[in-house]
Amino acid sequence: MGDWKTITVPVLSSDSRNIHPYTSERRRSPTSMNSQVLRLSLPSPKNMHSFFSAFCTEENIEQSISYIDRELTTLGFPSIYAESKGKELNLIAIINCMNELLSLQHKNLRAQEEVEMQHLKLGSDMDHLQNCYAKLKEQLELSKREIVGLQERDRQLQSKNRNLHQLLKNEKDEVQKLQNIISSRATQYNHDMKRKEREYNKLKERLHQLVMNKKDKKLAMEVLNYVGRADGKRGAWRTDKTEARNEEEMYKILLSDYEQRQKQLLLENAELKKILQQMKKDIISLLPPQKQKPKERSEDGLVLSDQEEDIGELNKENMWELSCETVREQLTNSIRKQWRMLKNHVEKLDNQVSRGHSGALNEKDVISREDHELETEKLELEIQQCKEMIKTQQQLLQQQLTCDDDTTLLLQDCYLLEERERLQEEWRLFREQKKNFEKERKSFTEAAIRLGLERKAFEEDRGAWLKHQFLTMTADCKSENATTPSSDPDIRLMKSRHRRIHSVLSPTGSPEPCQISQYITPNSVASEKPAADNMPNLWVESDDKEETE
Amino acid sequence: ASCLQHRLVVRDASSLQILQLYTCLDQIQYIEWSSDSLFILCAMYKRGIVQVWSLEQPDWHCKIDEGSAGLVASCWSPDGRHILNTTEFHLRITVWSLCTKSVSYIKYPKACQQGVAFTKDGRYMAVAERRDCKDFISIFVCNNWQLLRHFDTETQDLFGIEWAPNGCVLAAWDSCLEYKVLLYSLDGRLLSSYRAYEWPLGIKSIAWSPSSQFLAIGSFDEKVRILNHVTWKKITELDHPATIASKKTIVYKEVEKSPTVDTERLSFPPTRALASSLFSTQSKYEISQVPVSLQYIKPVADRANPKVGVGMLAFSADNCFLATKNDNIPNAVWIWDIRKLKLSVVLEQLCTIQYFQWDPCQPRLAVCTGSSRVYLWSPAGCIVVQVPGEGDFQIMSLSWHSSGNSLVLLSKDHFCVCYLEREEV
Repeated sequence: MGDWKTITVPVLSSDSRNIHPYTSERRRSPTSMNSQVLRLSLPSPKNMHSFFSAFCTEENIEQSISYIDRELTTLGFPSIYAESKGKELNLIAIINCMNELLSLQHKNLRAQEEVEMQHLKLGSDMDHLQNCYAKLKEQLELSKREIVGLQERDRQLQSKNRNLHQLLKNEKDEVQKLQNIISSRATQYNHDMKRKEREYNKLKERLHQLVMNKKDKKLAMEVLNYVGRADGKRGAWRTDKTEARNEEEMYKILLSDYEQRQKQLLLENAELKKILQQMKKDIISLLPPQKQKPKERSEDGLVLSDQEEDIGELNKENMWELSCETVREQLTNSIRKQWRMLKNHVEKLDNQVSRGHSGALNEKDVISREDHELETEKLELEIQQCKEMIKTQQQLLQQQLTCDDDTTLLLQDCYLLEERERLQEEWRLFREQKKNFEKERKSFTEAAIRLGLERKAFEEDRGAWLKHQFLTMTADCKSENATTPSSDPDIRLMKSRHRRIHSVLSPTGSPEPCQISQYITPNSVASEKPAADNMPNLWVESDDKEETE
Repeated sequence: ASCLQHRLVVRDASSLQILQLYTCLDQIQYIEWSSDSLFILCAMYKRGIVQVWSLEQPDWHCKIDEGSAGLVASCWSPDGRHILNTTEFHLRITVWSLCTKSVSYIKYPKACQQGVAFTKDGRYMAVAERRDCKDFISIFVCNNWQLLRHFDTETQDLFGIEWAPNGCVLAAWDSCLEYKVLLYSLDGRLLSSYRAYEWPLGIKSIAWSPSSQFLAIGSFDEKVRILNHVTWKKITELDHPATIASKKTIVYKEVEKSPTVDTERLSFPPTRALASSLFSTQSKYEISQVPVSLQYIKPVADRANPKVGVGMLAFSADNCFLATKNDNIPNAVWIWDIRKLKLSVVLEQLCTIQYFQWDPCQPRLAVCTGSSRVYLWSPAGCIVVQVPGEGDFQIMSLSWHSSGNSLVLLSKDHFCVCYLEREEV
């Protein structure tokens, strides 16, 4: 506004025809408006007044009016003159123009405000962007530095890597070299060895020749006599037949060995096949029935069952065709399939369990698991019991083996004492009995001696008596024959003789018991006299008897 | 039978009573019974003479003189009527017949550890030969010594041959510079060849199982590889690490227990019994807790024939167990269960193991370590048996009786017989 003042004052002071200042004003007004946005503000009322007063004074009203009219018409407003070339002012037009100008002013102000706002915004944006830019620049710097550092490290590592590779290569080369050296040395040694061996062989040959040529008389075998062969056969000449036989035997041995091995292998194979089939059956039984299974399963199951049936039949048929390749393959394939199915089944079960599905499967699993657990508990209990039993047994054993020394000794002593006492008792008894037996034996021997003596005496007596008897008998017989004429004198004689002999004998019988009884009573002395006395008494009695008869 | 200098003493096996006494011409180096136990051959290598004695007729004698050919080895044929003498420098093998006084020669025998092998039933004999730097094997029929088969082998340097107990397969293996096992059938066909690795030292020991089902190969890399008889491929590898970590193996450790001496009863001068009991240490077995680390010896690297690898292999008679010894861990015997193909027992001794042998009837293993104790193991347990007597009796070798009832224990210049009582059930 100051500019206005400074400018307009000298301009108005000059003539009205001042295009130059107007133009300069015009020029300046847009520039000032453009460049000095901030300084644009409503001029203060004083300045306004002064300005207005500066612009239009009483002297140049017409000039100013015409000037204003020209300005307005150039701006596109209708002229403020009532008519053209009239000096009368169209008030309505003026007011309209003023209104228009005010509205324009408002608009301009608003636009200015907006522009200022935008300006501010743009300014802040610019600041922000500048900050960002600065930060990003910093970051860029940092990352660049990092990159550089990493690149350095990378380079270092790569160089290390290269070094190591190089080392490895070197080592490998060395190893290869060494191996080559070794192989070359080995060949060299072999060659040398062969050379030496050839020399050695030559020497041996020479020596052999010498030895053979010498024809030592000593080179012989002395045998006292020929020894038979171990198997008793005679030695046989070496002929082609024997050679052939040898070959035969050798082949026989080999064949028998191979046959044996083959038998073993066949047995093994059969067993393994049996096991495989059993396994297959078990797997089939393990797989659950195909009720609520997804279609694939059922299809597979059906297919399987068909296959199984086929295979079962085949297997039954071909059990004995053990070397049939196709059967073997089929068997193994079927088992593999079953096994895979079982695996899938188990996996599915596991998944279901982990997901917590309910259903027949789960229950089965749960039940089985419970059973499992029960069984494991039972087994554990059993194990515990067994362990306890073992412990108690061990303790008992230990007690037995290593009880207190004292107690064992005492016990042993007690046993020993008992035994000793018993033994002593027995000894005593034994000794008593021995004494008794000795006594008895003595008495017996004495008695036997006496008996012997008495018998001798008795025998003598008997002999004497018999003699006497015979003598008397003959005398008697003569007398008897005379007195009693009997038909059988001999018989009678015999009878009587018998009787006598009996009677003679009986007394002999009786004294003995008497004697024995006498012996038994050791105090009494056996006397021959009573026996002898008895004899004649009895004899007399018999004689009497006879006589009475 | 035992020999002493130039005398041969024959004793009864159950009572050790001297039955016969023979005198030979020179110091005896080697004796062998004939298969029917009627004859004994005594070989005197220095003089090149073999003398044969008969048990039935003490007056019978036989002398075989190799003359200037020299004698390196001598053995019976399985029928007990022929003697095979290997001359010096392995020039030839002479087959002397006691029945017919005839002689046969086998040329170019190979000078290797096991060059001659007889089948178990005594029908066939395989001889390793080498001509023109190539190895051959000849198979002879023992009845009439006719050559049955003659074929070459693909080995660099054939080290040994062994028949399978069923007599149908012959295993031939290369020297330790190359790991190669070749399996030939009785008629000379190559059935299979097995090679585990190429460069390191190869096979150290080989054993057939009594049923001919398995062939165990012990090698210098401390492992035993078992081949099966159906495919002749490896079915398992048994490793001998120095640390045993598996819980299923039982480790028996020999532990010395010093004898307790009653100081009051010491008398001066000490009685003999007391002195021997003072200095002889008792030992017993203890079960060590797994994991156990065994004494591992790393051999010197620049010597030939290093003490590395599985040096001793033996199958039990019932085909259930395999006993092995790893020369890196010289104090331990490893017993493997063949049915499970797993390590079942390890016996750890105090001294280096000299020899072990299985009982020919039962699964019982007798081990000797050069001390005066013999160790017996069976699946029921193991015990230490002290050889009674004064002085040191260092058992170097042992041998079972064919009935499994007694053991002969050999030291350097003594031997004793250990009788095993059978438990009455």
